[in-house]
Amino acid sequence: MKINSVKIISLLFFVLSAFYLYTAHQIQVFAFDEGAPFNAKTFPIYLGYAGMFFSGLKIVLPDRKPIEVDPTYLEFKKTILLVLTMIVYGATILKVGFFLSTSLFLVFSYYFLGERRWKYIIIFSFPFVAIFMYLLHGLLAVYLRDPLLKYIGIMG
Amino acid sequence: MIEGILIGLKTALSFQNLMMVMIGCFAGTIIGMLPGLGPMTAIALMIPITYGFDPATGLILMAGVYYGAVFGGSTSSILINAPGVPGTVATSFDGYPMAQQGKAGKALAIAAYSSFAGGTISAIFLLFAAPSLSKVSLSFRSPDYFGLMILGLTAVAAFSSKGNFLKAMMMCVLGLMLASVGQDTLSDIPRFTFNNMNLSDGISFVLVVMATFAMSEALTIIIKGNDPAKAAKQISLTDLGSIKVNREETKQMAATIPRSSILGFIIGVLPGAGATIASFLAYGMERNFVKSEEKEKFGKGSVQGLSAPETANNAACSGSFVPLLTLGIPGSGTTAVMLGALLGFGIQPGPRLYETNPEIFWSVIMSMYIGMVVLLILNLPLIPYIARVLAVPRTFLIPMILFFSVTGIYLMSFNNFDIFLMIGIAVIATILRLYDFPMPPLILAFVLGGLMEENLRRSLLISDGSWSFLWDRPLTICIMISILLIVGWQIYKSFSPKN
Repeated sequence: MKINSVKIISLLFFVLSAFYLYTAHQIQVFAFDEGAPFNAKTFPIYLGYAGMFFSGLKIVLPDRKPIEVDPTYLEFKKTILLVLTMIVYGATILKVGFFLSTSLFLVFSYYFLGERRWKYIIIFSFPFVAIFMYLLHGLLAVYLRDPLLKYIGIMG
Repeated sequence: MIEGILIGLKTALSFQNLMMVMIGCFAGTIIGMLPGLGPMTAIALMIPITYGFDPATGLILMAGVYYGAVFGGSTSSILINAPGVPGTVATSFDGYPMAQQGKAGKALAIAAYSSFAGGTISAIFLLFAAPSLSKVSLSFRSPDYFGLMILGLTAVAAFSSKGNFLKAMMMCVLGLMLASVGQDTLSDIPRFTFNNMNLSDGISFVLVVMATFAMSEALTIIIKGNDPAKAAKQISLTDLGSIKVNREETKQMAATIPRSSILGFIIGVLPGAGATIASFLAYGMERNFVKSEEKEKFGKGSVQGLSAPETANNAACSGSFVPLLTLGIPGSGTTAVMLGALLGFGIQPGPRLYETNPEIFWSVIMSMYIGMVVLLILNLPLIPYIARVLAVPRTFLIPMILFFSVTGIYLMSFNNFDIFLMIGIAVIATILRLYDFPMPPLILAFVLGGLMEENLRRSLLISDGSWSFLWDRPLTICIMISILLIVGWQIYKSFSPKN
């Protein structure tokens, strides 16, 4: 049996299923439900076994067409930067407000992906978000929390 | 039925709903045109917006997006040989050679007319098939539904996995596991919440769809270094040539369209098969039907070679609504997303939908037809302009997709935790995509998880804990045999070195 990335993912899935099964057994059901034909943990228990069965088969059976992704062709740096930008965006959107956090998220994302035309970067960030907010908040009456704009007095 | 059709027409032809069909078709065409982004992403991005409307309007918008995305996928197949959706891969076989011969406009027109005809014929089939099947499905019981859901999952896993059945089944189980997070619907007992209050209501369907489709597709494009705009730079998107189709070509299409429509509709109704298989089968069937001199033209710009898959994939789209509307069981990833959205509206599709919400049932069917007309009269003349979307660089495209995804979740929950959870699921989905783990089975399983558990609960309670309900009724036995055949065959294929 050759070890490849798919086998490792399948092994991780097997471990996840085993943990899921263990957690399913720990679900506290009502005393009168303990011996019932079906209770809150019945379905998850079957799922745990199903996950272990299919991932176990994937680990044991030979791969007919093994997929190996060459990491040298993958753009890890850009992807990680983009994910980190999203995390920061997610962390600041409530405190800083929709307008500023979204505009800055767009500016940094365009830049990290290699865009250097600042005219377009600016047009498709701050004014774009302002129009989007106007459409949502002003026309469709969809509430958008923005403490910053509220503090300045632009939003009610 | 006439009364129902009139109700549907009245709803679908209201000003607001007509606008929704137009917006849906237009937005769907643009998103579907972008290689890598299919109808599921298009619909996923629309879901947060639809929650602001009534269910009929929301569903009409999504149906418009669906058809628009399929049409948009054909456009990128023909113009840059980069199918926007798997269902339009066969379109590129003859569409792209036609574009290379300077007949891009004609190829787009043939695709549009074929899509319109295929969609129209299958909408008529749907009109008659759906009510009849609704009546039949009223006799279905919980064990039958439980069996049908497993059949749907295994069929989608078998057909959508390109030979990776076990991977697809693992994705099904993962989808069901995600669906089980949160309070148990009957007893309110928390499951897999790890004392986190944010998980007590379960994981939002929109969050999972956005993460596994919109967001992970965007991240996959980045990590693989793909740039859809590069291919678009190689052709002129402003001069596509004449869109006129001559008499000879019309005659050829007239022979192809009826048979491809019937085939596409039947394939679309089958769970898991869908537009991709329908288009390939129609292409193959058409090749066998034509004369030997026409056969030689296949792959080099044949009118029938382009018309057949285009007709079939649109017919299959209508066909895929049959199990959704009549049984409440989606047969494809896209209709699974629609089911999830409907459940979000508090509507349970199924045989009772025909009686309880006739305006939704009929207006969706009617709006499909209106959507076809809109696609034909609005999109075809606008294609030279819409096609310029293909030239949008990924440096702008990807951040926009991520922005719409995060905003969609933010607007629904105003919660940081949901955004972080979405990013986490998207990263895992991106890694899984790199190794060919299919996402549609995960979504289908996530949507069906609650319903499956409910039907298993009822079945086990009625049979006092015995699994004999699986072979008590002839219908359930037939369903179980079908499941065993699919699973057995797929596992045999995994074992067999010949395959």
